[in-house]
Amino acid sequence: MAYTTIADDTRPLHHPKTWVGKYVWSQDHKVIALQYSMTAIGIGVVALVLSNLMRLQLGFPDTFKFITPSSYLQYVTMHGMIMVIYLLTALLLGGFGNYLIPLMLGARDMVFPFVNMLSYWVYLLAVLVLVASFFAPGGPTGAGWTLYPPQSILEGTPGHEWGIILMLTSLAIFIVAFTMGGLNYVTTVLQARTRGMTLMRMPCSIWGIFVATILGLLAFPALFVGAVMMMLDRLIGTSFFMPALVSMGQQTNFNGGSPILFQHLFWFFGHPEVYIVALPAFGIVSDLISCHARKNVFGYRMMVWAIVVIGVLSLFVWAHHMYVSGMNPYFGFFFATSTLVIAVPTAIKVYNWLLTLWRGDIHLRVPMLFAIGFIFTFIHGGLTGLFLGNVSVDVPLSDTMFVVGHFHMVMGVSPILVIFGAIYHWYPKITGRMWNAMLGQIHFWVTFLGVYAIYLPMHYLGFLGVPRRYYALGETAFIPHSAHVANEVITIAALIVGVAQLVFFYNMIWSYFRGPKADPNPWGATTLEWQTPHTPPEHGNWGPKLPVVYRWAYDYSVPGAPQDFIPQNVPPDGIARHHAT
Amino acid sequence: MAVAIVIAALVLISIAFQFLTPWWRTPLESNWRSIDTALDITLWVCGFFFIVLNLFLAYSIVRYRHRQGHRAHYDPESVALERRLTVWTAVGIAALLAPGLIAWKEYVTVPKDAAVFEAVGQQWQWSFRFPGKDGVLGTVSSRNVSPDNPFGLDPDDPFGRDDVLVDGSEVHLPRGQPVKAVLRSKDVLHDFFVPQIRAKMDLVPGMVTYFWFTPTRTGRFDLLCAELCGVSHYAMRGALVVDEKPAFDAWLSEQPTFSQLMAEAGRPAPASALAANGGRSAALASPASSVN
Repeated sequence: MAYTTIADDTRPLHHPKTWVGKYVWSQDHKVIALQYSMTAIGIGVVALVLSNLMRLQLGFPDTFKFITPSSYLQYVTMHGMIMVIYLLTALLLGGFGNYLIPLMLGARDMVFPFVNMLSYWVYLLAVLVLVASFFAPGGPTGAGWTLYPPQSILEGTPGHEWGIILMLTSLAIFIVAFTMGGLNYVTTVLQARTRGMTLMRMPCSIWGIFVATILGLLAFPALFVGAVMMMLDRLIGTSFFMPALVSMGQQTNFNGGSPILFQHLFWFFGHPEVYIVALPAFGIVSDLISCHARKNVFGYRMMVWAIVVIGVLSLFVWAHHMYVSGMNPYFGFFFATSTLVIAVPTAIKVYNWLLTLWRGDIHLRVPMLFAIGFIFTFIHGGLTGLFLGNVSVDVPLSDTMFVVGHFHMVMGVSPILVIFGAIYHWYPKITGRMWNAMLGQIHFWVTFLGVYAIYLPMHYLGFLGVPRRYYALGETAFIPHSAHVANEVITIAALIVGVAQLVFFYNMIWSYFRGPKADPNPWGATTLEWQTPHTPPEHGNWGPKLPVVYRWAYDYSVPGAPQDFIPQNVPPDGIARHHAT
Repeated sequence: MAVAIVIAALVLISIAFQFLTPWWRTPLESNWRSIDTALDITLWVCGFFFIVLNLFLAYSIVRYRHRQGHRAHYDPESVALERRLTVWTAVGIAALLAPGLIAWKEYVTVPKDAAVFEAVGQQWQWSFRFPGKDGVLGTVSSRNVSPDNPFGLDPDDPFGRDDVLVDGSEVHLPRGQPVKAVLRSKDVLHDFFVPQIRAKMDLVPGMVTYFWFTPTRTGRFDLLCAELCGVSHYAMRGALVVDEKPAFDAWLSEQPTFSQLMAEAGRPAPASALAANGGRSAALASPASSVN
């Protein structure tokens, strides 16, 4: 069942004949992965700069004349939307998904290489439309990344002329790109695994990417229809989300629409989106921890089921973003319960990461440092999620800095730490070169300690009641002077963390040209991507013959085995041991 | 090794931060102690997990860091251990969910004796309406909103004529009286947020939302908008002033009614239709407000 001829068929590979065919209009999943990653990181740097501008305003109000209330909201909006969609989703699925799925499963490429290529170019178009909004009259939209109507399309919100139109267009284009890529990932996982690679032998990375992609295919359509409906409201005056209202003293022609309907559509996408980002990170970090601790992922089957259960449950928790939205308050009982139920499989994942380290042989290399950093930030962000999920506790905290602190810890910092760890981990395979360990250490320490300095105090400002999305706090009786000092400290930490990323870029670029040649399997990993005949892998990945898989992905430190790892494609050795797969 | 020490240190710093922080909840000035209690329980349960898990993480790193000749154990899974951890996690979750849901039950159950007032949001200011002697808020429609009739009251609705209109950003409420805040927006989403009260709710154009609270101390509190409402969101400020009942009554009597405003605006004063409804107490009012 696991094996199909698709995987071993070299005919559809379309070996490129020109430079352009090899690096630009490429149908090779590895090139597409790099194109996706570079574009995502490029636009992500824009979002990073926007966040620092935002912090400059919050830390030092009345200092920077070019930051107006309008531009501040534009920074907030574009930072959020870029980070969540155009960086995290694109990098984890378009980048890592593309690179890892065929290599880890022993396939030559994605099942639909042409659609895969198209997916990247459509994604690039979405990014360009988004970037265009910075140059449009009125600038990009400043409606907040949630784009709540009516304000997102009314006068009084920056970018209501062109910015919002370009934003909605870009989102729709992105969803088209994601759908092409996503169908490809799912089909490849289901159809193109090599002989012996059963579903329960897949590495956790693939499970995370696989379930996240299914979630994306189910959730993004809700955003798509929301974007189309809002576009109609904006352009031809329909009233899907627009009730009769008075804008800036002027009667409008809208009538009968529901702003809350948009919120339901948005969060029906928006909550699964959290897991679209989190699940690949969960999967990847499991593999990093296992490999660098020289120990199998503890409770692999439970880890897989936890990913599946979290994925399913994540479709039933969306209205926990809307406890004080004015929806029927009785929904709060259901959504609080479903939200806290999802904490159980999530906690199991944390326990199993810890138990993977327990009695391991932990090599504290740079990828492992990032993985450990992730465990810390994810425990923190996961637990603060219980505050916000627990309906009545959410009431005083919603729309305060506590929320900002929480979601940055759980779906900003945590996945980013995994992404850094993953880049350091797979860099030798992708480029054939090794990065500088000292620079990697510096990058880790500044980033890890810096983000905690940024986000820990934010939670306490939220307890105090400091609202989010405020251009300036002004004179407010309940906000003491010390809170303004906190904002200065946070801003300084954010600037340091921002600048520290230059160390990462320098390391990556310098090592690409000057780094020492890397061993094909420098970490002693078991999974297939490390067993390719060439490093970096060539087009077609496997040379003339596909690998055959004989064991699960986690045969580390098997008693009696000569080495502390046995790759998945090593035939059975007769060593008796007890595990499920 | 360093990373283990740092993680243990971060746990200690976080604990110290919790006890030494200058930023904590503003003093509670309403009945919503149950929200604070649910938050405290959530904090203790989560704090326990935070400390235990991270110290275990740090200890594991120290204890099982790589040394020459050391080898990891081969330890695929333990169904019994995983089951035990699942059960205890579920118990912890239930322990913090229960008080949360109990407080929410209170939140959605408006006391029968709650007085009613309406908060109206527009970019970027607040205004307020009290039901007047008949205890009933008159019908409104955003189609009626005009410079002369900023609240959009229906001039033909007798219930609206005695409504007291507060066209400033400051609202007074009597101490110790449960109030149901009826919320309405003329344009975009807003949110009625007074940190000392704890409770909050969005104002949504096209519908009427509500929540309730009982102010428990006299004083003046900042009213903020907590839902992004456009470029001057941060400047949409108001004030909630909690008075003793006589001072509140005196303040309320100084505010104009809808008929008075109509008269000032040169419209024919509506005939008094209050007599028929005068028997109903404002304290027992139920909201009869609606928007189209």
